[in-house]
Amino acid sequence: MRTLLVAFIAALIAFPAMAEQAIKLKQAPGVDKVEANCQACHSLSYIPMNSPFLNAAGWDGEVNKMIKAYGAPIEDADAKAIKDYLTKNYGG
Amino acid sequence: MITRRHLLGTASAGAALAMSGLGLPKFFEAEAAGVDLTPGVPQGISSYVTMGTLPGKKPLIQLADKPPNYESPLEYFRTPITPNNEFFVRYHLADIPDVDVKTYKISVGGDGANGKAELTLDDLKKMPAVEVVAVNQCSGNRRGLSKPHVAGVEWGYGAMGCARWKGARLKDVLDKVGLKKEAIEISYGGADGPAVDKTPDFVKSIPVWKAMDENTIIAYEMNGAPLPHFNGYPARIVVPGWTGTYWMKHVNKIDAVTQPFKSFWMNPAYRIPVGIFPIAARFTSQEYAPNTPITEMVVNSLITSHRDGDKIKRGKVTIGGLAWDGGYGISKVEVSSDGGKSWSSATLGQDLGRFAFRPWSFELNAKHGKNTVMVNATNKIGQSQVSDLIFNGAGYHNNVMQNITLTA
Repeated sequence: MRTLLVAFIAALIAFPAMAEQAIKLKQAPGVDKVEANCQACHSLSYIPMNSPFLNAAGWDGEVNKMIKAYGAPIEDADAKAIKDYLTKNYGG
Repeated sequence: MITRRHLLGTASAGAALAMSGLGLPKFFEAEAAGVDLTPGVPQGISSYVTMGTLPGKKPLIQLADKPPNYESPLEYFRTPITPNNEFFVRYHLADIPDVDVKTYKISVGGDGANGKAELTLDDLKKMPAVEVVAVNQCSGNRRGLSKPHVAGVEWGYGAMGCARWKGARLKDVLDKVGLKKEAIEISYGGADGPAVDKTPDFVKSIPVWKAMDENTIIAYEMNGAPLPHFNGYPARIVVPGWTGTYWMKHVNKIDAVTQPFKSFWMNPAYRIPVGIFPIAARFTSQEYAPNTPITEMVVNSLITSHRDGDKIKRGKVTIGGLAWDGGYGISKVEVSSDGGKSWSSATLGQDLGRFAFRPWSFELNAKHGKNTVMVNATNKIGQSQVSDLIFNGAGYHNNVMQNITLTA
């Protein structure tokens, strides 16, 4: 799992074209987990795009969908940090 | 695995991007980005959105660059045909290859077929060619206007376009392998795929009856030119009347199947509650109560000559726009300038066929002050737009009549 994440990050650095849309998320605890886990599959724009109307339950549902339906390899502790970050910073 | 093939040249408005952050006042950001968003979309969009220019495209509203989701601004809808370089772009998954036509093949088979075949692009072009003018509209077009908002790509008005598609009939391709009588659906997939292996690949199916319809084609031309890369080069499925989710881009595999096709993208994705929309075309083999697959588009219209809040001159002003539906054809478009108390017929423009955008225009006698304009389209089976949103969790089928205010 960890190796896969490292591979993701290495690929992002090697291919900067993948991060064209330079979204600057709110700098708050957990932002590092969001940046490390979410961008392999989609740009960070999906976060402000779906804000601020998603509440805690809404963001929980989205993170769970990414893991369960889309197979995102996110560890439990990171998933919790991501949900907390999204709710506090992009929640309604 | 991570793809190395995501080559999006979205360098436009770099300076604006660099400056736009959530710390800046919203009005400044909207100004910096130069984007006219559809009124009512989630507030968070204005914190980052810019116009983005993909290779071969004019600037589009860049909701997301990975996977690429770009919608057309309102001013691109002032003609019944949407030019290729103004056409919206929608992908679910981020691994989008540049398809090499020298090695490109469509494999045709499945347990519901008598045989198998492989078709190159040249093979497809040697088959009898048909043309159809048809609206391609994302199922989620106008999702951003849902009240309350629902999660997803928050499209405004512009996740749609209308083109003249040319290709071979899907029926003729299926006839090459022959369908067994047990075949119930035709499934298909494209060359694009997910960024990580565990993400379900984007694969879809349609009922055999729709696949065998003479208007359902595998298109290799769009408005007289090869399909743009971001609209499915070299060939895509075109399912006139049905929402864009069935219009498989970069199609490379087609199967006749004898069981309901299982795919995340058929169930639980792209489904609507049974019975809440006036849908004639049902996809019964995929209907598992309480949900059913989205199928045909609902009748709808869009004012494209003006935006809500525009200033106009007093006296005669021409209001215009487009109307479309699920392929029955538009019979009338009515306009009200008194809040819906009385309605007058708009003049319908060029008829490019029952699957196409139908232009309309109306001469408004603008009075001093505020003028409201409401529009309601009706199709040839008597369906009209709705006054109140029919809410559903995925934000589909929003055909609420517009009600804009113009000030003279």
